[in-house]
Parts: sequence; C-alpha cells; structure tokens
Amino acid sequence: MLSLQQLSKQYKNSELALDNVSFDVPSGQVIGLIGPSGAGKSTLIRCINRLIEPTHGAIYLDDVELTQLSTSKLRKQRRRIGMIFQEYALVERLSVMENVLSGTLGYVSFWQSFFRKFPEPLLQKAFGYLERVGLLEHANKRADQLSGGQKQRVGIARALAQEPSLLLIDEPTASLDPKTSRQIMRLIKEICKERNLPAIINIHDVVLAQTYVDRIIGLKAGKIVFDGSPSALNASVLTTIYGKEEWNTTPACEEEVSIAPVPNFQTKLELAI
Amino acid sequence: MVSSPMWRWTLLVLFLLYLGVAFSSIDLNFPRMLDGLTRGWRFVDGFLNPNFTSRWSDIQTGIIESLTMSVTATLVGILFSIPIGMGAASNISTKPFYFLCRFFITISRSMQEIIVAIFLVALFGFGAFAGFLTLTFATIGFLGKLLAEEIENIDKAPLEALKATGASWLQMIHYSIVPQITPRVVGLWLYRFDINFRESAVIGIVGAGGIGATLNTAIERYEYDSAGAILLMIIFIVFLCEYTSGYVRKWLI
Repeated sequence: MLSLQQLSKQYKNSELALDNVSFDVPSGQVIGLIGPSGAGKSTLIRCINRLIEPTHGAIYLDDVELTQLSTSKLRKQRRRIGMIFQEYALVERLSVMENVLSGTLGYVSFWQSFFRKFPEPLLQKAFGYLERVGLLEHANKRADQLSGGQKQRVGIARALAQEPSLLLIDEPTASLDPKTSRQIMRLIKEICKERNLPAIINIHDVVLAQTYVDRIIGLKAGKIVFDGSPSALNASVLTTIYGKEEWNTTPACEEEVSIAPVPNFQTKLELAI
Repeated sequence: MVSSPMWRWTLLVLFLLYLGVAFSSIDLNFPRMLDGLTRGWRFVDGFLNPNFTSRWSDIQTGIIESLTMSVTATLVGILFSIPIGMGAASNISTKPFYFLCRFFITISRSMQEIIVAIFLVALFGFGAFAGFLTLTFATIGFLGKLLAEEIENIDKAPLEALKATGASWLQMIHYSIVPQITPRVVGLWLYRFDINFRESAVIGIVGAGGIGATLNTAIERYEYDSAGAILLMIIFIVFLCEYTSGYVRKWLI
C-alpha cells in the first residue's frame, strides 16, 4: 500500500507544481491520473521514487517513509518501485533480454552486471516475465528491432524484473496506436491483478482510463480536483479538470464506432488538451 | 556603398596607389629564384624517385619508434580520457569536478603539439619518451572533450529508467550510456590513433623521436629521395589506419 501525505513540490521561481496532494493506493488498485498538460502528473509520480525531490510532505510505501531516506537506502527502495515510460526508455543497442535484466541491476553487484553474470534465479525469472508479456521468442533481438507495442512490453517486463511492490506508469500509450494502446492497458491491468500490485498511471486518454482503471484521480494546477470511480466521471467533472468544452457532443459517425462502455456519456473522447 | 561619386573615385585611386607602393616594396631577386627552382626541382625529383633502400634501416627504426609512440600514447590517452571525459560531461558530473576536467581539457586543447613537444624535449631530452608524453597529453584533451560531448548528447530516458530501478551510478553508466556511445567513441579512438601517427612525424622534427626525426635528418642531408620514401611510408600507414578503422566501425554498429 502506498500513501501520500500532504505532498507539495515547488520548482525554483515558479508556482506550486504539486499543492498538498494526499491519497492512499491500496494493494492491487490501479489508479488513472488525469489532468491537463502541466497539471503536475509527471511531477507527482516522479516525486514518489524521488527522481524529483518533493518540497514538503511524506510518502509511505508499506511502512517505509521514502522522502527521508539517505541515497543508499533510497536506492534499495527504488528497486521496489517499477517504472514504465512513455517513450519506453529502453537501451536501443542492447538486446531485449539485457533490457529486461537491467531491471535487476539493484540486486546484483557491479561486476556481476559488468560481465553479464546474472544469478540463475534472476535469469529464470526474467525469462518468465518475457513469456508473460509475450516476447519470449524475441529475447535475443536488439531492442531497436521491435515495434512500439513490443518495446512497451519490454518496458513492462523490465519493471516486473524489479520484483516491484508498486508500479509508476508515465503515459504508457501516448506513442502507440489505439489497438496497441488497449492491449498494453489490458496487460498492465491483468498484471496488477495477478500480483496484487498497486499502480499509478498518468494518462491523457480519458476513455482508455475509464475502461481499464479502478479509480481516477483528476489533477489540476497541482491540486486534486476529483477522486472517485471511473463511472463518476461525467461532463461537469471533466469541465472541472480540463476546463470548459462540449464534452457530450459527438460527431454522428463516431457514435457508431464507440467502443468504450462508458456510463453517462458514450463518447469517444480523444482529449487533445 | 559610397554614395558620392567623387568619394568613390578618390577611394579607388587611393587604393590603386597603395597597391602600387605595396608591390614595389616586395624585394624580388630573380637570379635567387632561378637558383631555388633547380633546388626545388631536386626536391620534387627526389620524391618522384623515392629511395627506400639506402636508408632502410633508419626508416625501419623510425617507423617502429613512431608506431610504438602512437600505440602507447593512444592507449594511455584513452585510459586517462575516460575519467576526464566523464567528469567533463555536465549531465553525469558534479559542478567542481566538471570545472576541473573542463579546465584540463582546455589547457590540453589550447597548446599546440609542437610547443608541448619543444617543452617536453627540453625537460626529458631528445627521443621517443618526450614524443610519447606529448601525444598522450594531446590525446587526453582531444578524446576527453569528444567523449564528454558524446555523453552529453545521449538519449537521457534510459538513464532515468535505470536510475528508477535502483541501479548504482556505475551500473547506470555501463548499461545506459556505454551502449549508446560505443560505436562513435571507438571510431574516435581509431581516428586519434592515425592523428597520433601523423603528429609523430611532425613532433619528431623538434627532437621528439620517431619517423619525424628520420625525416628531418634526411632533409638536412639533402637526401630528398630518402625523404620521399619516408613520406610515402607515412601516407601508406595512414591509409591503412583509415581503412582498418572504417572496417572496425562497421563491425561495431
């Protein structure tokens, strides 16, 4: 379980990027973090593993307070927090397997990783994760030979190789086509359920979020302005989060191909904000 | 340009006047030039008929010394350029270390090899050791700067991703930066090797050993045919390096 308490972040010479943000994420819950660009979504998830240092507040992962840790203890805790990125963030010239194993670097010594002498159990697990994301036969390919969707699967396998207690996911589908986006979101959701993993997903696509997450948090100018179930997300809430827009109108042609079973408004909202 | 016609013409006349005066001040000595032409021709003639045999053992010694100098200076230079280049890359270094490394690189890059060689020959005496030190010093600055630039230009997403996995600093460098820069950097190492070989011919002239010393002796003795042979050897070896490095880089990418 993850708990954020009164988290704030102030960048030098600018307004508060995060303003007193508090919420809990129980095990197994997948949270969709939505909000306009610049609302602080990226800052929020990077504050959790302290890739960005928060200014105030506390973060508890199970019983460990993350904001007060020394560098070496922080490194140990980061192993427990898997992260998945928008542009995959793979090392293109390394093989798929090496990319997955790079998730275990926190568990092996420098020389073990230097000579690629990963302990047998870690290797077996890494193969298992590759199989789970459906890329076992690509293990020895170079990462730059894969398609976008496959790269994101490697990113997921790398995060799993950390044996995480929490997943932080930054715009996982922003560089993918709609079909692949749904497959990746489904995979993430399934994995979180299997392993009872809590996850926070930054996402722009509201319909996609509503389809695959358990709970939605809306962020605007660093403040939480919505926290509830996906079904409670209606036009007035969207206006609060994103500003005024004709949320319910849809061109007739899109009505027919509407894919998401969304209560209240069956619209395909590609929020290009 | 100049709008008033009177000014325009005055300026033109003044310019022509200056040109005339300037030309008349050149001291042309035609008999001396003719003399020089025959000497110049002997030079060209020597190069057209290179003589590898009469000074072969000197050439051989010189070439081997130059190659030894280049290989050792390149290797030691690479060894030192790695920490210095990493320190001089702003994205992975800390402020004081960054300025220290940049300072060293600037010093190394601003000193011409020949000047360093003259200084080191004065310090350590004639011979290959002074040459080795000169080339090493220049190599560290050259490769350090380029390595730092390569590191600063990497895609930083994988670096962030590895930081997030809890990898140590060295592991982050080794897994996310090394693979990204290897092909370019190895290419630069090979390139520096053939620069070092060519430079060894130049600094030899000021007493730092190698093929340059042999070349200098040959020219001082007016043995232009041997000098021609030496130049051809240098060109041949640089060619060889060029092709090998191209091949190695293709294999690496």
